[in-house]
Amino acid sequence: MLSVHQLEAGYGESVILRDVSLTVEPGQVVCLMGRNGVGKTTLIKSIMGLLRARKGSVFFKGKDVTKRAPGERAKSGIGYVPQGREIFSQLSVYENLRIGLEANPDSTKRRSKVIPPEAIEKFPILPTFYKRRGGDLSGGQQQQLAFARALISDPELLVLDEPTEGIQPSIVDDIQDVIRSIHDEGKTAILLVEQSLDFVRSVGDRFYIMEKGSIVWQGGREDLDDPAVMKHLTI
Amino acid sequence: MEVWVSQVFNGLSVSSILLLIALGLAITFGLMRVINMAHGEFIMIGAYGAYMTQQIFKSYLPKSLFDAYFPVAIVISFVIAFAIGYLLEVTLIRFLYGRPLDSLLATWGVGLMLQQLARSIFGAPNVAVASPSWLDGGLTLFSGTVLPYKRLFIIALVASCLFAMYLYIYRSNAGRRMRAVMQNRDMAACLGISTRRVDAFTFAIGSGIAGIAGCALTLIGPIGPSIGTYYIVDAFMVVVLGGVGKLVGTVAGALGIGVFNTLFEWWTDASLGKVLVFLCIVAFLQWKPMGMFAVRTRSLD
Repeated sequence: MLSVHQLEAGYGESVILRDVSLTVEPGQVVCLMGRNGVGKTTLIKSIMGLLRARKGSVFFKGKDVTKRAPGERAKSGIGYVPQGREIFSQLSVYENLRIGLEANPDSTKRRSKVIPPEAIEKFPILPTFYKRRGGDLSGGQQQQLAFARALISDPELLVLDEPTEGIQPSIVDDIQDVIRSIHDEGKTAILLVEQSLDFVRSVGDRFYIMEKGSIVWQGGREDLDDPAVMKHLTI
Repeated sequence: MEVWVSQVFNGLSVSSILLLIALGLAITFGLMRVINMAHGEFIMIGAYGAYMTQQIFKSYLPKSLFDAYFPVAIVISFVIAFAIGYLLEVTLIRFLYGRPLDSLLATWGVGLMLQQLARSIFGAPNVAVASPSWLDGGLTLFSGTVLPYKRLFIIALVASCLFAMYLYIYRSNAGRRMRAVMQNRDMAACLGISTRRVDAFTFAIGSGIAGIAGCALTLIGPIGPSIGTYYIVDAFMVVVLGGVGKLVGTVAGALGIGVFNTLFEWWTDASLGKVLVFLCIVAFLQWKPMGMFAVRTRSLD
């Protein structure tokens, strides 16, 4: 569904990613791991189109999207929860969700003033915040909003960049439950950047480990006991 | 009592003109953060739009229809300024986002070019636009206190522009997209919004509103190619004093400057009044550098 071929990308003069290849199959949860600063977020940003690829290509649903703007990629079915949540702080919670609907392929949903109830059933607390500004929510609430904002477009691929970073433990549990339930429903593939090995072990189908801008290890769930995994992940 | 009423009315009238010329800038500078030195020239474009409409009505339409030219001129001024604003965004401004110094110089250059273009087309001397006859005269409150219809009309025009902008920015789908893009461009793009289109339209709308301001200025006096340069400083002052990025701040900024300007001029004289107003603004911005209505959120604290 998503395949990245020999991607090279970076900021300004510096090259961050070298020769990165990765695939996500429909319904799979693919976990991207690695220490801080190895290029995980840079890879995610290149997949979303926020960073231009210097070399290589990104295919989504069989189409080459390497040169496409982020908006087009989102509309073709990629939902994105960025690191640091990136809620529109001056917009109300309701407005944040309406913006999320922009990428929904169903035009009646896009125009509707009502937030589709099935889109936010995983976050029952959100409707009580509708009138509040996004910036006034706590970090955990913002993360739930960011999740709902991505899910509301009915994406076929959900890209999650450290969704549990800096969040209180009870909401971390909620978010992990949401990721599990999306996986169990099997309709949406997930590309997950995550530090917690215990959690990815319980939910992931395929694993990639990055170091210095390249993929250094990949495998399935049964391969995770490989000593190389610990070598690449321990500090 | 009568003096107070007429002074307050004068203050409101000055405020309404300040607000009108600042509204477009509240979008191009306030929301988009483009230091748009060509804003005054969009006012000039609007003014000449009104002049052209008047000439067309004079030459081609029966005299009985002449008074109807002004509402038509408002629309035409908006459309011309909108179109030129759109063109400018697509060809120049879009390469300069996030580069305030470059955009300052580039838009200043564009302003000079537009002034020269106006000089070539319409000639250097000022031209007069005849106001429609239904705006002559005034409303007599009590003897000696007359509120000119032209001033009342400008106040009403500003109020309607403001209301329309409020509906567009805060109540429409396009306005919501616009606010999302201005707050967090990358994230808005990742949620499926075409930021290019939103940028071009937002800049064009700001320019269009400057065009309406130019059209209204033809009611006050003659217009010339450099009319915009008289107003550009005031426009920036209003937006900065009010707080960049907030529509309500622009309204407050215009009201504050307009009313205090009138009062100080009444108590002292014209030039000293202006000096006092500037001193107050400088002092205020020392105290609150973000202006009257700063954008504040938890994430910025």
